[in-house]
Amino acid sequence: MGTTASMTRPAGVAANSTPGRFGAYGGRYVPETLMAALLELDAAYAEAQADAAFHAELDGLLKDYCGRPTPLYFAKRLTETLGGAKIYLKREDLLHTGAHKINNALGQVMLARRMGKQRIIAETGAGQHGVATATVCALFGLECVVYMGEEDMRRQELNVFRMRLLGAEVRGVASGSATLKDAINEAMRDWVTNVRSTFYILGSALGSHPYPTMVRDFQRVISKEMKRQILEHEGRLPDTVIACVGGGSNAIGAFYEFLPEPNVALIGVEAGGRGTALGEHAARFAPNGGGVPGVLQGTYSYVLQDAAGQIAATHSVSAGLDYASVGPEHAMLHDSGRATYTSATDDEALEAVKVLSRTEGIIPALESAHAIAEVMKLAPKVGKEKIVIVNVSGRGDKDIGILTREMKLDGAEVRR
Amino acid sequence: MPIRFSKRPGLVIYFTAGDPDLATTCEMAIAAIDNGADVIELGVPFSDPLADGPVIQRASERAVAKGTRLTDVLRICREIRAARAEAGIILFSYLNPVLQMGLEKFAKAAKEAGADGVLLTDMIVEEAEEYLKVMHATGLMPVFLAAPTSPDERLKAIAENSQGFVYAISRVGITGTQTELASDAKGLVERLRKFTKLPIALGFGVSTPGHVRAVGEFADAAVVGSAIVGLIEKTPATEAPRAVGEFVRSLCGGVKSA
Repeated sequence: MGTTASMTRPAGVAANSTPGRFGAYGGRYVPETLMAALLELDAAYAEAQADAAFHAELDGLLKDYCGRPTPLYFAKRLTETLGGAKIYLKREDLLHTGAHKINNALGQVMLARRMGKQRIIAETGAGQHGVATATVCALFGLECVVYMGEEDMRRQELNVFRMRLLGAEVRGVASGSATLKDAINEAMRDWVTNVRSTFYILGSALGSHPYPTMVRDFQRVISKEMKRQILEHEGRLPDTVIACVGGGSNAIGAFYEFLPEPNVALIGVEAGGRGTALGEHAARFAPNGGGVPGVLQGTYSYVLQDAAGQIAATHSVSAGLDYASVGPEHAMLHDSGRATYTSATDDEALEAVKVLSRTEGIIPALESAHAIAEVMKLAPKVGKEKIVIVNVSGRGDKDIGILTREMKLDGAEVRR
Repeated sequence: MPIRFSKRPGLVIYFTAGDPDLATTCEMAIAAIDNGADVIELGVPFSDPLADGPVIQRASERAVAKGTRLTDVLRICREIRAARAEAGIILFSYLNPVLQMGLEKFAKAAKEAGADGVLLTDMIVEEAEEYLKVMHATGLMPVFLAAPTSPDERLKAIAENSQGFVYAISRVGITGTQTELASDAKGLVERLRKFTKLPIALGFGVSTPGHVRAVGEFADAAVVGSAIVGLIEKTPATEAPRAVGEFVRSLCGGVKSA
């Protein structure tokens, strides 16, 4: 699997002998000050993983507090409208706080408590991870500081208010493009300064080892349930699973249990933004899009950057996908061909929001709408016997402000 | 040539290359050397300097916006070396710009430009196997950071893999000035001593002649970065080399001749 990857590996990036490698990708590229904390986290996580009581408490809260399992729902009208494959929706949007993010935030906060950390920090893009973190901190009575780019605070203001209502402090980040990447920089600066007292709940399958593995393990429940549920519904596995990819946590969660199933195609959908030029999109895997392997924020993966290694600006209508790098496990799956990565533009995502809202009565998050946009392209091209699962990673309430500006609906528009 | 500290403590002066512009960086580095800097750390500006405080972040942002790239930094490294043969020059960078140039190509160019060593902020010893191989093959000195949070076994690996000097971080946190030296600092230097005979340079928050004097009581050299970069930010470009020279000379007020 790592063959292609190791061929693309530049000198200076260690082979997969070091911990936390996905083929050539991943690793630990952090300031030395954080290393003791990362090693401590690694050990605490391994210990928790082996502890049945940890899993029992986590599973109990996922069920009773968060509302797992989430339904796998047959989208009859969407299927009929598109006229091809049978489409199932994995309803992570129905989870407490409105997105898959709480699966991971809950797991990590329980780890923080085991480690005796009283102060929690997090970054957030769309605000869903920030809300999930603020929520679990309220649940356990922990201090919570969330870093958020000022551009994202503007476009996801509802989530800013939710975090504050939950008792978290939201710190705006004005540097760089004032989006997710900059929020992660600032969270890492806070962590390196307060490393002895503070636990950093990273929200995506990104960053230095052990985060990509740990976040994936906490999100893996999505594909575990999908697999069981589709067998109940259809008596067989799906032909395709589709998920949007920002950092890639909902996608890796939706893919993971299907990795050993060669007949299940996995499609990750990146943000195609408003153009193919560098700076206009966040499609790290797009051919000639400017994404090449590099190191950003602790991990070796595909990174949108200029020829001299300066990180590029990104654009997406969806704050949660608006990021220059991508989880290292996705980089491996991309190179090996086990998963394919495509993109949906801003306009396609906006159209997908409308279509899902009007065919199924489900308003998806703009992030998840990128996955819907992909199934709108794919389903009509394949036979009716094919089964596709789309992970609806979150609900769209948070996006009403953006949607109001972008869609300009008026009373004259005819309902489909 | 080996890194030499001519006095105690020696002085390591950091610049973000390209701020306010490359020619001025070059002049300021020469002024620093002429006024007592033993080693120049030439910082490669990066779009995402996550280990840096606001002062160096702003300088990086300005330099990147002006188009300063790694090849430009190598070019002024060559100019500084041509002007001053004796001073140590360390290239200080985040990993990604170096990876994009290609490690071997970078090392060869750095050596040709007269650099003595390299410090990569986000390169830890565990990930450094190929990096070290290339540094050794090229004859460049790798310098690693040691942190107050690093346990002894890590300090040992850091000391054993560093050449020229070891860079001890005075406190947890990002770069930036502070009013007092952290109490973490002395303990870290003492722990490092058990593992190395190399000079130990202490940085992060070292910003006044008094700090430099205090560093001299337990470490071999003081690294001054944000105080210099902050001074440059406040000073018109034409005045900056003279102002930097005077400031470096004032820092030497805390120094005994060797």
